[in-house]
Amino acid sequence: MSSLNTINKITFKQKMEMYKKRKGSLAVRMLVKLSALITFAVLIYIVLFILINGVGHLNAEFFSFNYTTENVSVIPAVINTLVIIVISLVISIPIGILSAVFLVEYAKRGSKIVNLIRITAETLSGIPSIVYGLFGMLFFVNTLKMGYSMISGGLTLAIMILPLIMRTTEEALISVPDTYREASFGLGAGTLRTVFRVILPASLPGILAGVILSIGRIIGESAALMYTSGTVAQIATNVMDSGRTLAIHMYLLASEGLYTDQAYATAVVLLVVAILINMSSQTISKRIIRKG
Amino acid sequence: MKIRENVMKYVFFLAALVSVAAVLLICIFLFANGVPAMAKIGVFDFLLGKEWKPSDIPPLFGILPMILGSVYVTAGALILGVPIGLLTAVYMSRYCPKKIYGFLRMAVDLLAGIPSVVYGFFGIIILVPFVRNTFGGNGISILTACILLGIMILPTIISVSESAINAVSSNYYEGALALGATKESSIFKVVLPAAKSGILAGVVLGIGRAIGETMAVLMVVGNQARMPKGILQGVRTLTTNIVAEMGYAADLHREALIATGVVLFVFVLIINVIFSIIKNGGKNR
Repeated sequence: MSSLNTINKITFKQKMEMYKKRKGSLAVRMLVKLSALITFAVLIYIVLFILINGVGHLNAEFFSFNYTTENVSVIPAVINTLVIIVISLVISIPIGILSAVFLVEYAKRGSKIVNLIRITAETLSGIPSIVYGLFGMLFFVNTLKMGYSMISGGLTLAIMILPLIMRTTEEALISVPDTYREASFGLGAGTLRTVFRVILPASLPGILAGVILSIGRIIGESAALMYTSGTVAQIATNVMDSGRTLAIHMYLLASEGLYTDQAYATAVVLLVVAILINMSSQTISKRIIRKG
Repeated sequence: MKIRENVMKYVFFLAALVSVAAVLLICIFLFANGVPAMAKIGVFDFLLGKEWKPSDIPPLFGILPMILGSVYVTAGALILGVPIGLLTAVYMSRYCPKKIYGFLRMAVDLLAGIPSVVYGFFGIIILVPFVRNTFGGNGISILTACILLGIMILPTIISVSESAINAVSSNYYEGALALGATKESSIFKVVLPAAKSGILAGVVLGIGRAIGETMAVLMVVGNQARMPKGILQGVRTLTTNIVAEMGYAADLHREALIATGVVLFVFVLIINVIFSIIKNGGKNR
């Protein structure tokens, strides 16, 4: 490709001559660049607007431990969010990893059961969060009588992030070279030992990147939690308590219209978390590429 | 040793069946709670009824306004999001200097990572006044939701289209260039047609995201349960119908909301099937 480029290298002047003859091409070129500019500008605008207008509203009161209607503190919501993250991950990481191992290492490729699992995982990842919320309300809250609680919300989100963890783990497992497997089998290890001692450790960074993305989805989720973990503004002291997460806190502040300043501040917190999560998952995937 | 291998094999298998069980459970619970309500209201009265008045006597549960609301908002989001997203994908795949690529990639990933409530807040603060001042009306409208959703589906469209464009063999592109075509006609007349099915799959995925989006839409679309009257008027979508009223609904009203969820779920399943047909069709070729 690079040699081709040097042969075809034309000066700016020649390029302009060519475009003079082909006005349509020039217009299309402009449109392409304009679109990329729009995409980039929209993102920068959203991020900068919220950061610049919101940073000023971050103050000690907003981060006080106890929620009152005066300070509408964000801390209880942060703690509840962490609880939900832990519950969902504890359930979905083992199930997600084990199912990915089954799909990649055990099942015959293209068998009916593998296709069925693939199709259902794809279906799960396409279901909108409000439908998860409805299901969580019908199943966990009402049928299993867990009520509006951390555990109902956590279980609902565990199902929601399961396909994401499955897919990223699957990709990580597939990217482990077959020579690893052959070497392990050659040394006399069984499939089980090979999976746990050789393949999973080698695919750890990929799995981790998937987990980080899942954390991002949990933090940003609101529709699935409104009617499962509820909207109580206090810290949930045990898993059967109801409590709002950060995203729901943000929604309630913004839609009530009384707390615009605090809504700005919460938006800053959510945005900074989203940026951090993005950066860390990217750093990890870059490391994988470098290693591979 | 042998026993442990066999036992673990079944453990892996059982774990893999969890996602199958989850889909089954979701289907069973949604349908079991929603379908009887549809039968009670009457399937045609429910799907094609133009009035949603749950507190009237007798109550009216027609969700046609919400179905149309979802369709309009999604269509508007596609009109805005698909061209910009596709052209951005072309830029990233064929024009972008290597140095900028990293930034752009990160920008697209971040667009996908911003929570929908933050988008919704941005919509309230910026887009609503913008639409009010530029186009008139009170700003809380179908158009506002379209712009916001158009932004929100960009990362989906860009990522899927970009990988579809990258998957086209470079022979096509170089062949067209060698025949004297400009870079632009090589891309738009040769590469993009070859990447058609991948791009289409991205658009379908974008439809799925737009139709299922709840909180951001709820915050800017006004949520009036009436037939859409114009793009500067408010409307209600299937998703916002559920969140807005579930908090206080009881009895048949509550079941009608779950039935709304069933309709949404069926829409999404159809979109999923279309997506996998397009994707697999592209693979076989």
